[in-house]
Amino acid sequence: MLQLAVDGQTWLDSAATAQKPRAMLEALQQWYASGVANVHRAQHRPGERATSAFEQARGTIARWLNAASASHIVLTKGTTESINLLAHALAGQFQPGDEILVGAHEHHANLLPWQQLARRQNLALRILPLDTTGALDLEKGLDMLGPRSRLLAVSPLSNVLGRRHDLAPLLQRARELDVLSVVDGAQYAVHQRPDLQQLDADFFACSAHKLYGPDGIGLLYAHPRRHALLQPWQWGGEMIEHCDYHSASARPLPLGLEAGTPNIAGTIAFAATLDWLDKLDSNAIRQHEAALHRLLIDGLHARDMQLVGQPDTALACFNAPGVHSADLAMLLGEQGVAVRAGQHCAMPLLHSLRLGGAVRVSLGLYNDAEDLQRFFEALDAALEILA
Amino acid sequence: MTTPSPAAQALLERFAACRGWEQRARLLLEYGQQLPALSPDERTDQRLIRGCESPVWCLAGWPAGRLQLQLDTDARLLRGLLEVLRIRLSGLTPEQLGEVDLADWYSQLGLARQLSGSRSNGLNAVYQYVMQSRPA
Repeated sequence: MLQLAVDGQTWLDSAATAQKPRAMLEALQQWYASGVANVHRAQHRPGERATSAFEQARGTIARWLNAASASHIVLTKGTTESINLLAHALAGQFQPGDEILVGAHEHHANLLPWQQLARRQNLALRILPLDTTGALDLEKGLDMLGPRSRLLAVSPLSNVLGRRHDLAPLLQRARELDVLSVVDGAQYAVHQRPDLQQLDADFFACSAHKLYGPDGIGLLYAHPRRHALLQPWQWGGEMIEHCDYHSASARPLPLGLEAGTPNIAGTIAFAATLDWLDKLDSNAIRQHEAALHRLLIDGLHARDMQLVGQPDTALACFNAPGVHSADLAMLLGEQGVAVRAGQHCAMPLLHSLRLGGAVRVSLGLYNDAEDLQRFFEALDAALEILA
Repeated sequence: MTTPSPAAQALLERFAACRGWEQRARLLLEYGQQLPALSPDERTDQRLIRGCESPVWCLAGWPAGRLQLQLDTDARLLRGLLEVLRIRLSGLTPEQLGEVDLADWYSQLGLARQLSGSRSNGLNAVYQYVMQSRPA
């Protein structure tokens, strides 16, 4: 963060990835510096120490999410891998003609694994529509859940629309109809600490790197009522219970879905990040982020920018009338303001809104009013040139 | 290393005289306006270069063994970046084209950042497309 300031850069792209706290860096450094070993394998002391640190970290992650047990947390590379894992591990649960329902606002990570599964197995992919504010249209969504529905995959906070969706009614209906439910929490977990027991979805995925943690680590939460449905998707390493040349069986969750050497350092550093977050005043952070978000929206309105939907959390996508989003983003970049332009890994959504692209400003807990002031100054300067 | 054409030399001098990003941006916009637009009919999928955040259309021909290039896109600054590319590459022989150091060219113009890997404006993809259009 400091180095970015030294380089004259203002980071307003936290929805893509977040800057890191010292606690995370120190955990990484300490893990590698104090002598490494693999987990769940050796009988030597470094191996025991590694296994214990790794499993403690899994416990910390489970507690942070208020999961009932650490054994419900499968460690993955990130949200994208978690959802791809699910789309393979659950493949045996579908009959041709079964329906998969996904939100119109989903990131490609929560669309494409289901789209491809539907194509492979001749399933119907149905898209839950949004209302004019950019929120899921609950009434229509509830109507679409029916006897052929087998899986519902939705995100409570879109990386484009920045609007929170109340998933509770949909998840409840899914439980009543025994429809599998998958919640993509990649954006949501950053701005609202998840309570997985309260949410009561079958599956939940998020990534560490957006949550101020390291790259290449994330998780899939699986409710125990669904553990028996999950078939291993990758084989090898310590996920094996029994194996001969012609057959093998996998261990129970979570290890049975974690083939190969896991990202031990990432897991430990992720847990350290969550411990750090846990010590911060979450109410104060929420208020701080909400106040910044209001500043952002007010400033964009004051300049007659065209907002995409009606964002209420963490980010805003917008266009300047008559200005190409790529041009605007380039000139903001020239001025050291790091925002993102383009389709934000949600091409079908942008297409349905008839937008070729949009500029996205996204906030993290470390941003302040000065960052937004620099952004607006840069925006004014850019618009003067492009007008 | 091929020597830039007189048109490219002139362009280089104009960019070298720029002080700061604002002047460079205005100059890019000016060059972008010079880039002839393709008609809607000419914007075919075959000519569309994939992998760019903004779609870029490219038509490369080799009359008399020298490159003739038409490029088009909607974003105005990207049009400027494309015109700058067109001026540098137009009239080159296939051999000369292979010798162009694109990174060095944009760097001399003070536009090196626009070519870096993290930017998906497709300038590299355009160059690759043109390279593949070389007559056998």
